[in-house]
Amino acid sequence: MSTVAALNKASPLDALQRWLPKLVLAPSMLIVLVGFYGYIFWTLLISFTNSSFMPSYKWVGLTQYAKLMENDRWWVASKNLAVFGGLFIGISLLVGVLLAILLDQRIRREGFIRTVYLYPMALSMIVTGTAWKWLLNPGLGLDKMLRDWGWEGFRMDWLVDPDRVVYCLVIAAVWQASGFVMALFLAGLRGVDQSIIRAAQVDGASLPTIYLRIVLPSLRPVFFSALMILAHIAIKSFDLVAAMTAGGPGYSSDLPAMFMYSFTFSRGQMGMGSASAILMLGAILSILVPYLYSELRNKRHD
Amino acid sequence: MNAINRLAAVVALASLLPLSALAEGPGTVEVTHWWTSGGEKAAVDTLKKQIEADGFIWKDNAVAGGGGAAAMTVLKSRAVAGNPPAAAQVKGPDIQDWGSLGLLTELDDVSKANNWDGLLPKKVAEIMKYDGHYVAVPVNIHRVNWLWINPQVFEKAGASVPTTLDELFVAADKLKAAGFIPLAHGGQPWQDSTVFEDLVLSILGPKGYHAAFVDLDEATLTGAQMIEVFKTLQRLGTYMDPNRAGRDWNIAAAEVINGKAGMQIMGDWAKSEWTAAKKVAGKDYTCVPFPGTQGSFAYNIDSLVMFKLKDANDIKAQNDLAKVALEPKFQTVFNQNKGSLPVRQDMDMSQFDACTQKSAADFKEAEKGDGLQPSMAHNMATTLAVQGAIFDVVTNFLNDPKADPAKAVKQLNSAIKSAK
Amino acid sequence: MTNALASRRLSLSRLAIYATLIAACAVYLIPLVVMLLTSFKSPDDIRTGNLLSWPEVITGIGWIKAWDTVGGYFWNSVKITLPAVVISTLLGALNGYVLSMWRFRGSQLFFGLLLFGCFLPFQTVLLPASFTLGKLGLASTTTGLVLMHIVYGLAFTTLFFRNYYTSVPNALVQAARLDGAGFFTIFGKILLPMSVPIIMVCLIWQFTQIWNDFLFGVVFASGDAQPITVALNNLVNTSTGVKEYNVDMAAAMIAGLPTLLVYVLAGKYFLRGLTAGAVKG
Repeated sequence: MSTVAALNKASPLDALQRWLPKLVLAPSMLIVLVGFYGYIFWTLLISFTNSSFMPSYKWVGLTQYAKLMENDRWWVASKNLAVFGGLFIGISLLVGVLLAILLDQRIRREGFIRTVYLYPMALSMIVTGTAWKWLLNPGLGLDKMLRDWGWEGFRMDWLVDPDRVVYCLVIAAVWQASGFVMALFLAGLRGVDQSIIRAAQVDGASLPTIYLRIVLPSLRPVFFSALMILAHIAIKSFDLVAAMTAGGPGYSSDLPAMFMYSFTFSRGQMGMGSASAILMLGAILSILVPYLYSELRNKRHD
Repeated sequence: MNAINRLAAVVALASLLPLSALAEGPGTVEVTHWWTSGGEKAAVDTLKKQIEADGFIWKDNAVAGGGGAAAMTVLKSRAVAGNPPAAAQVKGPDIQDWGSLGLLTELDDVSKANNWDGLLPKKVAEIMKYDGHYVAVPVNIHRVNWLWINPQVFEKAGASVPTTLDELFVAADKLKAAGFIPLAHGGQPWQDSTVFEDLVLSILGPKGYHAAFVDLDEATLTGAQMIEVFKTLQRLGTYMDPNRAGRDWNIAAAEVINGKAGMQIMGDWAKSEWTAAKKVAGKDYTCVPFPGTQGSFAYNIDSLVMFKLKDANDIKAQNDLAKVALEPKFQTVFNQNKGSLPVRQDMDMSQFDACTQKSAADFKEAEKGDGLQPSMAHNMATTLAVQGAIFDVVTNFLNDPKADPAKAVKQLNSAIKSAK
Repeated sequence: MTNALASRRLSLSRLAIYATLIAACAVYLIPLVVMLLTSFKSPDDIRTGNLLSWPEVITGIGWIKAWDTVGGYFWNSVKITLPAVVISTLLGALNGYVLSMWRFRGSQLFFGLLLFGCFLPFQTVLLPASFTLGKLGLASTTTGLVLMHIVYGLAFTTLFFRNYYTSVPNALVQAARLDGAGFFTIFGKILLPMSVPIIMVCLIWQFTQIWNDFLFGVVFASGDAQPITVALNNLVNTSTGVKEYNVDMAAAMIAGLPTLLVYVLAGKYFLRGLTAGAVKG
């Protein structure tokens, strides 16, 4: 503090320059503290109360969490998120990387193809959900089309099958996001030093080996960005579920975000809804923080 | 100094002027609702036109989706923000919740001036009051326990109109054998629970229904009769279209109307679909009480709660809305469109079709005994939390063909306990 | 000689590559084609034909009906999206600039906290946010909605710019500082001019995110102020008698058209921006 004061005396303008970065960041800091962490704290608080219809502040300890643990629907929703999130992120990465590598082979009409892969990302989840709900509609969609075309035995009824409906969500979400992953990796590939590849080729390494051993490992930061964005989409896929299945059949395609929304807003069990939100955040935290930490620390070493 | 003072005064006056001018203007009434489907929209438009004819501004805040869930989210956020609309579509026990928050305005003047106590059935009036004062205005009474039948389909299949559950299954078998979908149904939680509640009313009778859904009596909820209900529900499920998941109720209704399916278990709003398809009650379609629930009336009352407002002109507009909503003209048009009963007891029922007339007679009959019961599936009987718990169990049960009825009963009881 | 041999062997694998890419194109395009075809069909045609059957009679009735119901809300979305996109991008640029060039004790922690914000399920913040907006007197206004989008768009815009600026050599800024250039001078004269690619990425990203938002729109804007996504949902979620898929699909296309156009027209810049460093750590 004393140094700041000294500086202040030394030259007010200089001090301003010194403080300017912090000043510029201050509004955002305030926003983050209040709009993110203040609200999370408020949710945490509510999760320890018996808030039902509207927020109240009567402390009930961990009762809401205990109730949540007993709730079958919560477990279905959590399991679905694990399955959906895992498959969605995994398949999107795989498809994205593959398409990026293929597109990087000096393809004609690359710009056009790129746009085709990328455009689904422009659509809102509501539109994607509406479109795929219809495509996968048993009796009207692909189901009917392929039978019309002569594939008599074809059945595509995953949308109404409680055990498979979650894969429908994965299909729609991958369709939407994999092109974006492709774009990220294509951008990354364009940044890779060509001389390294050529050197490896001279050494007699095959193309797949070069990509697997040399190129892809160098794209670690791209993986990081892609993962961030995909996880962001997976958690926010509320819109997709709402438009595509509304959690059905039964509650077999419920996701935690959906669960939280329905308990907080339509069922008047705000305490339990908040508890589910906190658990959701906790799960994200436990996966993300170690990862973020290692990524950010690595960078500081660079 | 003086000059500055004078200037300040002028500025203050000038800034006041537009304010007072604003206060002179017509009041605005903003209504949050989810009456967005065709017939409903037409019905709301008549209300809007009446309000505008009375010199007020109507601000429509229609929020579709999730059977009102989206609208409730909006309403809660706005209430928390201290900016509620003038009126909102809220019903049943929820009115008490909103009342207990101190957000609702008492409609003493309008209700006295228009003799609401004399016009409304006693049961209905009770629901609309918080702490002895009217805080909401009812617009209609729906009957939930109906069965809708396409007589042409029944004729082709050689089935006859069922009056008991056994006859229902006989008819369903005949329909199935003739290649029709016996039971049109949409796989949404509230639709599943509508069928469930009808079965409870049929098998347990109105008293047992009351014990199960209003008193949440454990012995009733876990009793042998309740297991029977789940067994019957499972059996009914085999007569429904396997592709029903997520289907809207009116799409299911269209299947009966088009002759693809034979019947549908649905409340009287289903009639609006028949009317829209230019079909005549008693001729092109038959409405009967759900088998085994003759003489009972599971009610679902739509109402508008009125929030406390500050602006005097807006309050005038709000009072006008409360008055107009109960006027015979609106009651007639709205209920003809919605398929429901008018809430006013002094209405000329000859303007309504056979189904509604029957409904009105049944209502009067049921009101005398225990027959008049609040609908669980439509949030008239319990809190939303308990209702949601029941929905979860029922919908999960119906979507799992291998589910065990005895286990479902236990799940139901524990889910209700934890939600209470 | 060897070269020619290699190219012949390659041509076979190139064929496989092209086949895969084209097949993928078909998969990505089918939903759009289906939506377009459906929007031009009549309801009867939809029931009798299949997804990819050509409309028996091409009719624009779906589009006309759709525009009648959702068209009015199109401009609301424009009014909400434009200011929110510009302001959040600007703030993100400034934040990224500070976090990469003017690091101070705790700035890294702040960045971590901000990143975590990307994963905040927005449902959690609805009620406290409405409370705050109510206190600010911004409830149910487009201004309030713009504010919400700025706040919750900040995490990503900052991430974009910070990553981009990290790859800018620090020496450039150091030299300018030694020359006596101030904080804003360096930003305006040195960094901003070289930020065009990342600004494009950020604008496109924010534009799609905000234009496509449904949750905030439905909760924080009401009635006449609601964005087009809310109007679309109102249309799709309520069906009168026969479900008019052609109207639904046309409305969905109308709602999606601006973002689609942005991706098709500016997709090139998007990729260029990504290449230029958005994805580099």
